Amino acid sequence: MSMISIKNVSKWYGDFQVLTDCTTDVKKGEVVVVCGPSGSGKSTLIKTVNALEPFQKGDIIVDGTSVGDAKTDLPKLRSRVGMVFQHFELFPHLSITENLTIAQERVLGRSKDEAMQKGLHYLDRVGLKAHAHKFPGQLSGGQQQRVAIARALAMDPIAMLFDEPTSALDPEMVNEVLDVMVELAQEGMTMMCVTHEMGFARKVAHRVIFMDRGCIVEDCAKEEFFGNIDARSERARQFLSKILQH
Amino acid sequence: MDFSQIIPAMPGLVDGMLMTLKLLALSVVGGVALGTVLALLRLSSNPLLSGFAKAYVNYFRSIPLLLVITWFYLAVPMLLNWITGSFVSIGAFTSCLVAFMMFEAAYYCEIVRAGIQSISKGQENAAYALGMNYGQAMRLIILPQAFRKMMPLLLQQSIILFQDTSLVYAVGLMDFLNAARSKGDIVGLPHEFLIFAGAVYFVISFGASLSVKRLQKRFAV
Repeated sequence: MSMISIKNVSKWYGDFQVLTDCTTDVKKGEVVVVCGPSGSGKSTLIKTVNALEPFQKGDIIVDGTSVGDAKTDLPKLRSRVGMVFQHFELFPHLSITENLTIAQERVLGRSKDEAMQKGLHYLDRVGLKAHAHKFPGQLSGGQQQRVAIARALAMDPIAMLFDEPTSALDPEMVNEVLDVMVELAQEGMTMMCVTHEMGFARKVAHRVIFMDRGCIVEDCAKEEFFGNIDARSERARQFLSKILQH
Repeated sequence: MDFSQIIPAMPGLVDGMLMTLKLLALSVVGGVALGTVLALLRLSSNPLLSGFAKAYVNYFRSIPLLLVITWFYLAVPMLLNWITGSFVSIGAFTSCLVAFMMFEAAYYCEIVRAGIQSISKGQENAAYALGMNYGQAMRLIILPQAFRKMMPLLLQQSIILFQDTSLVYAVGLMDFLNAARSKGDIVGLPHEFLIFAGAVYFVISFGASLSVKRLQKRFAV
């Protein structure tokens, strides 16, 4: 069953086309890694899935709901899809527990106790229960990103979107975030991840999408993508040779 | 120079200061509230709403405050009279308060707008991604952060307003300056009373300004 279905999506900024006829599918429980050079439109594509970026052509169906339909209740749709950002985007004026509970209470209407219990459960899962009463500014980048993942998970999402979750982190903090993501993938969470972490892709991805200049150039199973390099497009081979060299 | 007559005049002066502070407090609250609404309109993607807010701000920033005060005092009752057909008295205090709120809102609007714009787009996106609607994202996430950042500017603008409240003498409201002036006239010592009033304005404004600077430093760390 397909959880996220992207159909012929195109997007323009004025005259400049950022996405061209993108079509792909993420099935329930599937982990899809989106990679490509910077400016290729991968972040834009993932943000169209929860309508943070509008698109002009095509449609996206998330669990049976059309994102492009003007009648769709977008806040409700977004509340069911978790998103993790490159720069964490924890709310700096709220404590860690408030970050975890505010949307549960205000958006889902959960009671204070229930939201707190759920929030602390996921905070514990990302190994940060001891930091519950701190503020985001008192945590390291890796810790903040783990809190951001817990905040998204506390909403009980049907799928998770990751927009370059490790690219703003110091190198020694990348693994603590990837470990959480690997665990999540192994538990069967539906995930769409924009990332350059090919180790992560090899380990848990089912499929890899390669984008260039707003187009989906490659969309194939992980084994095929990494194992049969000769069958890849020129652009994908160039990209892989550059990032896999070291 | 004889400053001894100021002591017996104190009760009247205190009443004047209370009037000044009451006018200031209500104007700041109303002005910031209206200014915030204007800022949200101005940042709206609807050209009609943002155009209205822009015209409002440009208009009120281009005319003298004294004009707004007298206009509200003289013209608004006349206008109400003309519309309703009966005589409506709104009083000097109310007309001054409305004038200050509407005038200052134009300035507060620009401060609030800059404050909102200083919060990264990512924060807004994160709020939306969690399912918040526009109102929730603004109220719970963007505005609390924006107000923290712009607090020094809002206070600075309010100190200017504190001094500008003295313009109400034009419609005969007994604020601190007007009280000092009239008390001085009664006892025949206008210079002493005005010097005293000037010193009080200076101490309050300069003291507040210094604390704002200190606050700014603490927020910056």
